Amino acid sequence: MLEQQIVNGLMLGSVYALVAVAFTLAIGVLNFLNFSIPGLFMVAGMLTWFLLRAGMPWPLAAALAIASGGLLSLLVERFTYRLMSRSEHFVPLVTSMAFLILFENLVLIVWGSDLQRVPLPFESVSFKLGPTVVAVPQLVGLACAVLAVALLDLVLRKTRIGRGLRTIAEDAEVAIMLGVGVGRVVPVVFLVGGLFTALSGFLFALNYQQASPFMGEEIALKGISAMVVGGMGNIWGAILGGLLIGIVETFSIHLLGARAVDISVYGLLLAILFVRPTGLLGGAVRQARV
Amino acid sequence: MSGYLESVLVLLAINIILAYAAFLPMVAGQLNLGVAAFVAIGAYSAGYLSNSFGLHPVPAALMAVAIAALTGWLVAFPILRTRGIYLALATFALNQVVQGTILNLNVVGGASGYPVPAHIGFPVVAAFSLAVIVLVFLAFRTRFGISVTAVSDDERVADLMGLSVRGVQSAAFTAGAALAGLAGALYAHHFNYIEAQNYGVLFSIYIVLYVLLGGTQTVYGPLLGAAVFTLLPELLRGSAAWRYVIFACLIIAIMSLRPQGVILKRAWFSK
Repeated sequence: MLEQQIVNGLMLGSVYALVAVAFTLAIGVLNFLNFSIPGLFMVAGMLTWFLLRAGMPWPLAAALAIASGGLLSLLVERFTYRLMSRSEHFVPLVTSMAFLILFENLVLIVWGSDLQRVPLPFESVSFKLGPTVVAVPQLVGLACAVLAVALLDLVLRKTRIGRGLRTIAEDAEVAIMLGVGVGRVVPVVFLVGGLFTALSGFLFALNYQQASPFMGEEIALKGISAMVVGGMGNIWGAILGGLLIGIVETFSIHLLGARAVDISVYGLLLAILFVRPTGLLGGAVRQARV
Repeated sequence: MSGYLESVLVLLAINIILAYAAFLPMVAGQLNLGVAAFVAIGAYSAGYLSNSFGLHPVPAALMAVAIAALTGWLVAFPILRTRGIYLALATFALNQVVQGTILNLNVVGGASGYPVPAHIGFPVVAAFSLAVIVLVFLAFRTRFGISVTAVSDDERVADLMGLSVRGVQSAAFTAGAALAGLAGALYAHHFNYIEAQNYGVLFSIYIVLYVLLGGTQTVYGPLLGAAVFTLLPELLRGSAAWRYVIFACLIIAIMSLRPQGVILKRAWFSK
């Protein structure tokens, strides 16, 4: 029973972890809280439902759903970060919130507000490990998250584009002076963040077999908490935070009931913000702007 | 006056109060994503006072304002220790915790909503809304307005000039909480039914967005933002989703072309 709770927590946490990586990348490199991420998550989930219901083979559906996240994220970049340099610092945040509202309501108009049942392309999506049930999409999600973060870590440390990103994270103005092609590097951050988000949206839809125009909100708010708990701007912290939030959530459902979840998860977030705002794996506090 | 027109005007009056609830902390440099938490506190405490103690709705509303202000003042201590994006995140977390707590409080109906039979009519709501507008306009003609602007422009300089930076920030946050509480209390007593599910972070985000749409450089901005946000859907009369699509496109367009909001300072004070 206890093992099952932990496994469930880790599985749920892997979805949060992927979303948290997308958030933390935008914060760490661009100092930008990207509120369009729940929208991208939801579009990928709804596309998964729509394409699978239309009878499309699942690898193609997965590719399209994940690609949608990358493309939409590039669209968001056009109207947010690209304008940041010549405007008030809160503008990208505000515009990204508007994109969330835009995506949600467009999907609402096209597909309605019902909670949709996602058809399964396989016989079953879970296997048994002794008495414990393990779900494959979330296992894949967790593996993807760890793998992708390891790759990202390598890119950030070793490559030219990674050096550029780290310079921008340090100081965008200095980066421009040093000849970093900010206009070429920044879209990469959005592309990667969008792909991560869409991947988690796809995995969520498969695993819980449901999708709705509002599915992004809950997940993304937990993803933000995961990011803060792990340490803003730290990609490994995002994974740790995601798994931790997942476990806190399943245990508080188990011990205190489903309605207490928000109090425990966001109470934890508040406590971390007050006591150690840099998070578990974070370094010194950076003077983050809104 | 027809019932339809009246309910539109009531919403306009309440949205104006909400706009100033988000505007006050914002001009002090705080992005408060927890306005809805204080709306919920105001709505539920006013409802509880008039339901359980048989209080007349107007004193109940005033006491709810005091409760929301006190809560705001108390949470301002830990919350103002954070700044920038951390402050926005802390207020967002606060919003979720308050909402979650109310959903678990069975005294006020928990997740099934809370009926508040005592009624406040349109004239009272409008009077409160006008009073708020007048108060905010007056406040920004006094030292308070100048201090708030100074603190948000440059904390260090404001501090050097002898302003109590923390005091001004705390005052702005508390005043915002009080106004949010008032809006909640009026809503509860006019529409006679409240549901904690409605007071989530997205509600806070909508308020912040329409204030920014109007612009935060002058006290007229929030008025315009609230008016556009309330009246746009009524003019469109389409489905609810379309009006939000148009609202979102408006925000994106205005932030791209005129990121300070529609109403700028220059437009009012220069020749």
